[in-house]
Amino acid sequence: MFKLIETILAGKIKTQPVNNMGEENFRGELVLQPQACEQCNKCVEVCPMGAITTENAENLPGIDYKRCLFCGMCVEICQKEALQHTRKDAAPLFSGDNLAELNVLINKRIGRSLAIRHLDAGSCNACDFEMGALSNPIYDLQHYGMSFVASPRHADLLMVTGVVTRNLEQALIMSYEAMQEPKLVMAVGACAISGGIFGENYATVGALEKVLPVDIALPGCPPRPAAMLLALAAAADIYAAKKK
Amino acid sequence: MMLKIKPNELLNSAEICAAKGQNALTAMFGADERELGAGYAIYILFTDLVSHDIKTIRVDFPADSELTYESLTPLYPAAAWYEREINDMFGLRPLGHPDLRTLVLHETFPWGYYPLRKDVDAKKQIRGQREYNMSTAQGNGVFEVAVGPIHAGIIEPGHFRFSQAGEDILQLDAKLFFTHRGIEKLVEGKSIDEALIIVERICGACTIANTLSYCQALEKLTEEKVPKYAWLLRMLLAEVERLYNHVGDTGNLCAGLGFAPIVSMGSALKEKIMHCNESLAGNRFLRGIIIPGGVRKAISPETLRELQVTLAEVEKGYENIVELLANHSDFLNRVHATGIVRKQTAVDLALVGVAARASGIDVDCRRDLPYGYYHTMNFDVPVEHSGDVYARLVIREREVTQSLKLLRQIINNLENSATQELSYENANYRTEEGSWGISESARGSNLHWLMLDKKQKIYRLFVRSASYPNWPALTMAVQGDIIPDFPLINKSFELCYACVDR
Repeated sequence: MFKLIETILAGKIKTQPVNNMGEENFRGELVLQPQACEQCNKCVEVCPMGAITTENAENLPGIDYKRCLFCGMCVEICQKEALQHTRKDAAPLFSGDNLAELNVLINKRIGRSLAIRHLDAGSCNACDFEMGALSNPIYDLQHYGMSFVASPRHADLLMVTGVVTRNLEQALIMSYEAMQEPKLVMAVGACAISGGIFGENYATVGALEKVLPVDIALPGCPPRPAAMLLALAAAADIYAAKKK
Repeated sequence: MMLKIKPNELLNSAEICAAKGQNALTAMFGADERELGAGYAIYILFTDLVSHDIKTIRVDFPADSELTYESLTPLYPAAAWYEREINDMFGLRPLGHPDLRTLVLHETFPWGYYPLRKDVDAKKQIRGQREYNMSTAQGNGVFEVAVGPIHAGIIEPGHFRFSQAGEDILQLDAKLFFTHRGIEKLVEGKSIDEALIIVERICGACTIANTLSYCQALEKLTEEKVPKYAWLLRMLLAEVERLYNHVGDTGNLCAGLGFAPIVSMGSALKEKIMHCNESLAGNRFLRGIIIPGGVRKAISPETLRELQVTLAEVEKGYENIVELLANHSDFLNRVHATGIVRKQTAVDLALVGVAARASGIDVDCRRDLPYGYYHTMNFDVPVEHSGDVYARLVIREREVTQSLKLLRQIINNLENSATQELSYENANYRTEEGSWGISESARGSNLHWLMLDKKQKIYRLFVRSASYPNWPALTMAVQGDIIPDFPLINKSFELCYACVDR
């Protein structure tokens, strides 16, 4: 008993500030050096998700983060090193047109709260484990005024992981309908946002937006806990604005 | 070794391959080989611990035949789920199966729809109706408690139906496969590399185990050899995966009884390893590094040093947790004699991994079906006999020690490696030949079986993760315990849903 108390006291505060830069080799957001790009299109061909396209004004590769798995194959194949991974988490994508205001709001951290309901709609459990990590002492979700709740009836935000499977479609819809207005939906990871590697097949309905209106899309495979924290901070602000 | 037989020879052949119950039924699955000039097939795999090999039975069902066979389940209870799955996916019906309810396909799929048959369109959603009745106990005063598929915490989806006599659990039925994503169908016709990206995403917590089994199954189909340096890196990643799972699961087990300080300590320690994963592979779940033939990139000496520092911290922190748990009488009172799986049950269900070793079965495929360079390493396989929550905890604790010991040997080997050869180049794989690969995940043996078509594309991939044989054991373990102990018992198994559901 005393040993336990002693250990708790000796442990001190482990919580760290939000850090959206991964470790040395982390495959985060992609950057393009336009001068170096020879427009060979190899990155477009190698991408298993079809997330890169050069069909734009400059004919330079553009990344669709709704599909990107951050697998590193495009960077590996680029002989001119024009495409590189940064260590930075990809930013959350919002539906709606008040982006500029949101960026200001994201930086404010006081005066709001968010009750979150997790829902696995058919994930591989990686996104879910990262969501679980939010409650560990390093990220300590609750000290931002946000917490996971046990029922959709208590939730402001439905945080959905995975491609929507046919076996879970009904449970997903019922959970959403059980929530009070106003309510928000976040699609977490490539599978929930775009259907990911699974897409639509005999067993899956596909992307979350086919079933529910999605307010926030958080890229990654899976997104890191720090990226989730920033997306949640933004969600809390959107929610506060919605309540007014 | 492979026996090719007719359906009516199955029981006899199984008896030979099982060697009076000595050889565990490791996997059983169907295949539609009509396009290859055969019919439908059922493959049954038994692990032979004496010859360190897997014995395979292939039962041939001509396409125009009855498509039925005598169920193995009454003699080999481990076959129960496999036979249900084959019935769902191929329509090969086991006669005399005691519980032939649907397993994988839930209510929105019509009866008579068999998605893994080759003539069924992978993309098309066929909607209809079928029943899924939960199995319950009946009697005066007996009531049911329904939980899930959406749970109160951050847990994967599954529906549990308890039949209760007061607080005592009489019976538990688990409805799984909610996250069934059609993976085995989806990879068919895909290239080896396209399928790899999907295999890496069968399950987050078993990324390395799944990838390693898949790659090994392929590598058995070529004469090319995976370089030793690449194998050492693979083993390093596999042990790191075991370590972060076991450390996290030890803490999480305590969440099953509300022992918050240890939950925090465990999750903080796990987080240290997850950071290290990012440096090792560029991804916290170690994705994007193992490829057929070897590994995609080397690991720098600096990253190895960072790993060693982390390992030292984890060892110290984990020893502290083990000591705190060992001296906490309230905790011990809850975990002792709770959720018991008897040895005979474990044998009957052909359990694997932590759950098997906690019930007195001495199995570990790193030793029994050796792969890579594990045979050159020095490590022990811990075995306990009480089969309760405590035994499964102790197995994890002792395996953490063994993984740390292995990691130090592997790092030492890597540092002294003369070459840094990453993989073989452009292998040509034998086609239309079945091949299995196995690896020991944090939860037990993980088996992949695959066959390529003439164009080197995937013709059939079967995935049997460690959680698959262990799930039915959970429903046995809770019988006679009280319902508040369910979270604790559940977390002591720590089974994946995603890699069972596929």
